[in-house]
Amino acid sequence: MKKLVVIGAGMASGRVLEHLFESAPDAYEVTLFNAENRGNYNRIMLSPVLSGEKSYEEIVTHDEAWYAANKVTCRFGEHVVGIDRARKVVIGQNGEVPFDKLLIATGSAPFIIPVQGKDLPGVVSYRDLDDTEAMIEAAGTRDAKAVVIGGGLLGLEAAAGLRLRGMDVTVLHLMGHLMERQLDEAAGYLLKRDLEKRGIRVITRASTAAILGEERVEGVLLEDSTGLKADLVVMAVGIRPEARLATDAGLETGRAIVVDAQMVTSDPDILAVGECVEFDGNLFGLVAPLYDQAKVAAATLLGEPSAFVMRETATKLKVTGCDLFSAGDFAEKDGREDIVYRDPGRGIYKRLVLEGEKLVGAVMYGDTADGGWFHGLIKDQTDISEMRETLIFGPAYQGGAALDPMAAVAALPADAEICGCNGVCKGRIVEAIEGGAHSLDDVRAVTKASGSCGTCTGLVEQVLAVTLGDAFELPTAKPVCGCTDLTHEDVRRLIKAQELKSQPAVWQELGWKTPNGCHVCRPAVNFYLLADWPLEYQDDPQSRFVNERNHANIQKDGTYSVMPRMWGGMTNPEELIAIAEAAKKYGATVKVTGGQRIDLLGVKKEDLPAIWADLNGAGMVSGHAYSKGLRTVKTCVGSDWCRFGTQDSTGLGIKLEKRLWGSWTPHKVKLAVSGCPRNCAEATCKDVGVVCVDSGYQVGVGGAAGMDVKETERLVDVATEEEAIEWTVAFVQLYRENAKYLDRPYKWIAKVGLDWVKEVLSDPAERAALVGRFDISQSVYQKDPWAERARPEAARRFLPLADLTLEAAE
Amino acid sequence: MSWIDIGALDDVPLRGARLVKTRLGCVAVFRTGEAEVFAASNACPHKGGPLSEGIVHGRKVTCPLHNWVFDLETGEAQGADDGRIDTYKVRVEDGRVLLDGALLMKGAA
Ligand code: SRM
Ligand SMILES: Cc1cc2nc3c(=O)[nH]c(=O)nc-3n(C[C@H](O)[C@H](O)[C@H](O)COP(=O)(O)OP(=O)(O)OC[C@H]3O[C@@H](n4cnc5c(N)ncnc54)[C@H](O)[C@@H]3O)c2cc1C
Ligand code: SF4
Ligand code: FES
Repeated sequence: MKKLVVIGAGMASGRVLEHLFESAPDAYEVTLFNAENRGNYNRIMLSPVLSGEKSYEEIVTHDEAWYAANKVTCRFGEHVVGIDRARKVVIGQNGEVPFDKLLIATGSAPFIIPVQGKDLPGVVSYRDLDDTEAMIEAAGTRDAKAVVIGGGLLGLEAAAGLRLRGMDVTVLHLMGHLMERQLDEAAGYLLKRDLEKRGIRVITRASTAAILGEERVEGVLLEDSTGLKADLVVMAVGIRPEARLATDAGLETGRAIVVDAQMVTSDPDILAVGECVEFDGNLFGLVAPLYDQAKVAAATLLGEPSAFVMRETATKLKVTGCDLFSAGDFAEKDGREDIVYRDPGRGIYKRLVLEGEKLVGAVMYGDTADGGWFHGLIKDQTDISEMRETLIFGPAYQGGAALDPMAAVAALPADAEICGCNGVCKGRIVEAIEGGAHSLDDVRAVTKASGSCGTCTGLVEQVLAVTLGDAFELPTAKPVCGCTDLTHEDVRRLIKAQELKSQPAVWQELGWKTPNGCHVCRPAVNFYLLADWPLEYQDDPQSRFVNERNHANIQKDGTYSVMPRMWGGMTNPEELIAIAEAAKKYGATVKVTGGQRIDLLGVKKEDLPAIWADLNGAGMVSGHAYSKGLRTVKTCVGSDWCRFGTQDSTGLGIKLEKRLWGSWTPHKVKLAVSGCPRNCAEATCKDVGVVCVDSGYQVGVGGAAGMDVKETERLVDVATEEEAIEWTVAFVQLYRENAKYLDRPYKWIAKVGLDWVKEVLSDPAERAALVGRFDISQSVYQKDPWAERARPEAARRFLPLADLTLEAAE
Repeated sequence: MSWIDIGALDDVPLRGARLVKTRLGCVAVFRTGEAEVFAASNACPHKGGPLSEGIVHGRKVTCPLHNWVFDLETGEAQGADDGRIDTYKVRVEDGRVLLDGALLMKGAA
């Protein structure tokens, strides 16, 4: 009998042996080495073992009796240390074994990030039963804390298992969203939300700087200096094919052991299967293709023709309650089209990626029932042009006629659920309408339908239209843009009510129709999020218009203007000299603006960090002449100089500017303070204008002098500077919290009414609360954007990524 | 085809762009997804707006000057606007962005 030696008793080689013994039980005499001190078990079921849902015994695939029946010589717990191809022997730790055929199936090894502390006791990877047992043991200590590094499939399964065992678990993930290789951002958001519901903390964009501890692990330190306590650290950042034996033996290797379609390596008597191989440039990390390889390898060993072909594989996560499915290629390459479906009420997200007439990728979260069907369409490259319109609804919908939305609503049975949040069915709504509720608001008041997340508003309106016929006119509230049917006001309300704190949360929970919005809605949503959640939400520069992203105004020729702040319009010789020098050095045109300061025009983008550094050096900061935020506070000379001045208007202007600068607002905000009713600072046409009088300060709001001209209306008269500042800050915060993006204060006030604004602000407690919230926001946002970007690391981003004009062309 | 390594993927912000100077003029490299990039001419056919400074959404970019929207896959202007930008082959490998070198050859010829 010929001798077959197998290195590694894992998922792939286990299948090879099964096929082999089934077709030709007496073809080979088999010796099986395994570094682990046990035979073949179902490695992918380690997660249920970790969580306690299964025992090790339940996941063993080949027990002692099976090996005995197939006369396999088992050398478990013994590493193979070399292969001598010339003598055709395998060298184990306890001695050599000769072979006629050799099968390498060594799988892969966890990748360990090379940080300080990686070797401390308590730092484990997640690959085999020993790792699993170490984790179970660590979870046995009361109040133990685990940090899992890596938010991919393995890391999340480890985290979920440890959490089920009662540990306090934090997942650190380097990228912006979880499982980024299998999921897009929207699905990644839902996954994070569901994990957080299970009590697992998830930190994205977290880069591990070091693992801390003396005797054993005590914590993890992140690059941003965050420290986390940890009694257990699980490293699950990726795998590396275990190809060392092959490399040492001189077999052809790339990133792994190179095999042909027959699973034969560069040596005709040596085969390889599993995660340790590379086929046609591809590596493997899931079992489905390995099982295909196993079948081929068994055939090759028996001299039968067979060939391995790559197939699209699908990923599922084995965490109960987190239903996700991902298959095919949903990101890279040109010429593609997306179909997106979201059901916020039920937490469902589906995205199909089409290329021409074929489905090439699918990502699903929440409802993955149709995953198999989509996977089939991808694998078979089915022409889907006939069912394109209804494809996303799955196989159940195919073959039907195109839907007329009205007819569809009319056809719904009375018990069909319309409002998922409040569980209101169509019959209940019809009842309310017949009982006299003839508008959306009435229906909302009577039934609560569309009162929570609001995404069924359109459906409720259709029920109204169907029930009332011509008596109901569909309202024409203007949606933000084509990405949603919601109005700005709805979006603002829902962001607060549902505590949506990230862009993906908004896209998903509010049923956005595009993957990540557009140039109209993204800046608005970015503002709403940062205004409502200053501490939790991180401002997204990519959702900002160029001027705000680059902190300078773009000009028609692509150059920029630079405008330093001149507090209250005051300057001094040193500042003027620095401005003059900068203008000379960078070839800028100098213009005195209508806002009492100096504009340097025509600066090249790559010079911006340098000119900012120069101006910073003279003590000046950005004037935010580009922002939807505080622009200028114009002042007049006031009681310091003017013979009519009643108060220190310049001083108050400077105080207001110092308090408000750096804040983001729905549209730009301009202030002015005049020293007397002659009003030389033009305070009566500003967003907020203060006119000083003998008895104190008249604070006016809602002026305009741009596309519309409007005089301010009096908000309040106060006696002291402190009160004038308090009312102004409270007003600005109320505006920040409530106005539609791109409404100047006068437009917003026209909608909510000055009476309402006055009513809110005249309550001292309310005023104090608004000021408090403004200050919290300023603790994050009041910093000079120029100083941050003048640092070399950030300045680099203002240069071209590459200059190929000098590259030699062959 | 010769691919030229123009920089690290991480240096192009997600839903943002960076500029590459070439003999044929400036090329904008857009990053529309974690590992998805497109390359196109930086100049807007309307009035030359720098597209690398636009807002990137889905697989589209909006010109920063007057809001024309371009499909990065085809280069076509969207909606009522009429025009197109040249698109170039670009891909991501091992965290690096590679631009089709044919572009440079053309410039040299
Ligand atoms: C530089 C300056 C003109 C000047 O040379 O004096 C200026 C320049 C611009 N203004 Fe202005 N405005 C300037 C004072 C004003 C004033 C007068 C004032 O502030 O006292 C007004 C009327 C008051 C007002 O704000 O309404 C003014 C009303 C506008 C408007 C109309 C706003 C409106 O709601 O009606 C726009 C358009 C917009 O914001 O959408 C605008 C937009 C612009 C933009 C940003 C156009 C753009 O988007 O590119 C211009 C940028 C030029 C640049 O690249 O620097 N600018 N602009 C002034 C800068 C003041 C400063 O120191 O910051
Ligand atoms: C916790 C967990 C969950 C997973 N979940 C899934 C899932 O849901 N779906 C999915 O498709 N995939 C999943 N995987 C991946 C899947 O388990 C692997 O793709 C598969 O096990 C690889 O099979 P293999 O035979 O190549 O390697 P392995 O199964 O790793 O077997 C290799 C064996 O070789 C041994 N060995 C290595 N070097 C030597 C040597 N020098 N001498 C002797 N023996 C050696 C090792 O000890 C090991 O036992 C999961 C993996 C883990 C760890
Ligand atoms: S009025 Fe303002 S926006 Fe108009 S051209 Fe002058 S600076 Fe530009
Ligand atoms: S220059 Fe691009 S839209 Fe005008």
